[in-house]
Amino acid sequence: MPTRRAKIPATRYPVERFTLDNGLRVVLAPDRSAPVIGVAVVYDVGIRSEPEGRSGFAHLFEHLMFQGSENLEKLAHFRHVQGAGGTFNGSTHLDYTDYFETLPSNALERALFLEADRMRGPRLTEENLRNQVDVVKEEIRVNVLNRPYGGFPWLALPPVMFDTFPNAHDGYGSFDDLESATVADAADFFRRYYASGNAVLSVSGDIDTAEATELIERHFGDVPARPAPARPDFAEPQLTAERRSAYTDKLAPLPAVASAWRVPDPIGDFAAYLPYVVLAEVLTDGDASRLVERLVHRDRAVTSVGGYLGFMGDPFDVRDPTALLLQSHLPPGGDVDKVLRTVDEELDRLATDGLGDGELARTQARMATHLLRETDAVLGRALRMAVLEQQRGEPELLGELPRLVGEVTDEQVRAAAAALRPECRASVEVIPGGAR
Amino acid sequence: MRAPQSRTKDGPVSARPLPPLGPTRRLKLPQQAERTLDNGLTVIAVRRPAVPLVEVRLWIPFGRAHLARGQMLAQTMLSGTETMSSVQIAAELQKIGGGLSVGLDPDRLMLSGTGLATGLDRMLEILAEVLTGASYPAEWVGVERDRLIDGIQVARSQPAHLARTALLKRIYGRHPYAVQTPDPEQVRAVRPAGLRTLHAQRVHPAGAVLALVGDVRPERALDVAEKALGGWQGDGHRGDLPPAPPLVPGPLLLVDRPGSVQSSLRLALPAVPRTHPDLAALQLANLIFGGYFSSRWVENIREDKGYTYGPHSLVEHSVAGSLLVAAAEVATEVTAPALLETSYELGRLATVPPNPEELEQARQYALGTLQLGVSTQAGLASLVSAYAGNGLRLDFLPEYAARLAGASADDVAEAAARYLAPARAVTVVLGDAERIASSLAALTPIETVPVPS
Repeated sequence: MPTRRAKIPATRYPVERFTLDNGLRVVLAPDRSAPVIGVAVVYDVGIRSEPEGRSGFAHLFEHLMFQGSENLEKLAHFRHVQGAGGTFNGSTHLDYTDYFETLPSNALERALFLEADRMRGPRLTEENLRNQVDVVKEEIRVNVLNRPYGGFPWLALPPVMFDTFPNAHDGYGSFDDLESATVADAADFFRRYYASGNAVLSVSGDIDTAEATELIERHFGDVPARPAPARPDFAEPQLTAERRSAYTDKLAPLPAVASAWRVPDPIGDFAAYLPYVVLAEVLTDGDASRLVERLVHRDRAVTSVGGYLGFMGDPFDVRDPTALLLQSHLPPGGDVDKVLRTVDEELDRLATDGLGDGELARTQARMATHLLRETDAVLGRALRMAVLEQQRGEPELLGELPRLVGEVTDEQVRAAAAALRPECRASVEVIPGGAR
Repeated sequence: MRAPQSRTKDGPVSARPLPPLGPTRRLKLPQQAERTLDNGLTVIAVRRPAVPLVEVRLWIPFGRAHLARGQMLAQTMLSGTETMSSVQIAAELQKIGGGLSVGLDPDRLMLSGTGLATGLDRMLEILAEVLTGASYPAEWVGVERDRLIDGIQVARSQPAHLARTALLKRIYGRHPYAVQTPDPEQVRAVRPAGLRTLHAQRVHPAGAVLALVGDVRPERALDVAEKALGGWQGDGHRGDLPPAPPLVPGPLLLVDRPGSVQSSLRLALPAVPRTHPDLAALQLANLIFGGYFSSRWVENIREDKGYTYGPHSLVEHSVAGSLLVAAAEVATEVTAPALLETSYELGRLATVPPNPEELEQARQYALGTLQLGVSTQAGLASLVSAYAGNGLRLDFLPEYAARLAGASADDVAEAAARYLAPARAVTVVLGDAERIASSLAALTPIETVPVPS
């Protein structure tokens, strides 16, 4: 029986774009449905750009951007955002670093002031640097060292798959590297990467476009012009032989395994890339997906399996090289080799027989829901649009994604599945250490 | 970097002033409608059409249910019915961009999901099918039993889970809130027949609340819900919980986790329910102490001393009682100093009134984040559901905002003295006893226990 296909709704957020004289690119996405705004500044520098011997520096520097700036004492940024009823954060990714606030809309000018002030220059002091090295070490302990499966697989898999420092190294950084960071390093990093020409400002939500434009001119217009640095080429060749690695996690009670395969360039060849995004969901989204049905329920070979694009789960905000990842947690005594073999079998079956009736359409409908849900929050919209502007010059792509995902064909998904060969797979296995 | 001193050639730089805030926008409640169906199910529909989706939250009171059976019921409720297999349920939901999940806590069973707004009718039909016909097929129950046991084993290797478990046990003693994760042996003993019985006894429309939030017309959404769920029947056991016992301070409970590179610090303090007249002042006092980044505690142990990454304190509301919990993961070598600073900040707030600027800052944060919280479909749905589960409606939100706006400095000082006094705290530390016991014992009496296996 042919299945009825859910109509994938279109969303069209109005988007305004312009560039200030100093090179700062601006994206505005007005939506007056709630009296709140999202403000994001994204700098085109991330984990891949940090120099050897300075692993973790991009993230450490993100912390330093909160430690005061030209007109703001230490702690002032936090207090001014929260004292306006807002929330803030920042995060460091492979290819970019973002800083953001969600606020009641009456705080627009304040948020612009705060972001402009640190774009002119953070206060980089020895005391703040030492304090934040300590804080980052606690962050690493809580997220990696003191818990089972810490950093799995986002820190564990890149060194198996990649050979060059930018792609392979630990983005949280070694304690040695963090401790040897200096104020001079930070000043240099700021000068090189935190240039007006290397940044995008994005504001979404309850704004009047003309008013917001004027306020942005007022606060960012005199940020000194500095051009974007040339972006190095991080390309690496495709794997020609399977790679396997394993490590013992002394806190982990059960085995786990993650695999990655290189995928087409998400920016340069988006049309070829998109089927892989869909494939990951066909394989792992819910009880009706192929690998959940087979590995969890039929074979009982895993307790959970997940699939996604990008080491940080970032399908639409990462550049080449990146990967499709599958990760599984296994029951006691589980057989990792068998799991990998079964995945290969299922990929073969998909490549050979194609998708079942309605299988693609229902997966696409579910993906549309996920995409729409992320953009309901003003901040989600501001952040995603800022990165889409930065990496593609195309913030309006955000509204197009549900439709574009919906246009991926059965044939394309089959071809993507066929490309995930065992000989170009990199895998890492967690051996449970038993102890607690 | 262009720090001010590098600009001397231009002469002294006049500081740029912080722009003032614009006029406050009033908290506007969305359009909503409510109906109680003949079967006792309350349905609340709220319109927020920003994206073409609808959020579904079904709260079913579930107090005093057998823990392992309850967890297994949540784990297997979507495993099939008379007419649909688990895979069919999942696939039918996917077709309308939907999905459902089931969760359990000591208060309620919660079925939640999101889907395309155009699929609401179908999503509720499938929900009804599950509520009236979940069949707990033996094979699936077997699979899910193993998965739940594996999940418990993984949870037990996580310090945050272990610290929470120890804290709850210490606070609640024999109350049903004391143990919230079943033992694997109890899970292993659960059988499909037991799940069917529990379902028949407890999965009832009477007392349950369904919240539908999103791109819907509220009256029409109620009609759709009535059509789909009007046939769901059953009544009986409600499982009312006894009130939570008062906190009984005692020696610090040190849970020994050898080799731990951090210590998990947990302090529980008394709190009051959502409707209590003290809550607004207590919330403000909590913010000033440790409830947001710009708090004394975070500024002290993170931004000044670098002991920790993400300390936070939060008032947690449950049906049978409320609690204030302060939590921090601190480096092993500074465990006692971090506890000392924590007691100091609590004690200072409990005995010295906060200054007016920090109160206003906390107040603006509390009011602003109320607005932020209801600015998404998901946030609104969670709030509507949590309120309804505690007998409240969305119109309580502006009332609570008015209480926050009206709390005086005296009210906050009084609340701090009453609720934040460190003498009233129940304290649990999970960490490497060999390295931290003696310095902790310098501050307070301690009782050491091994980490549960």
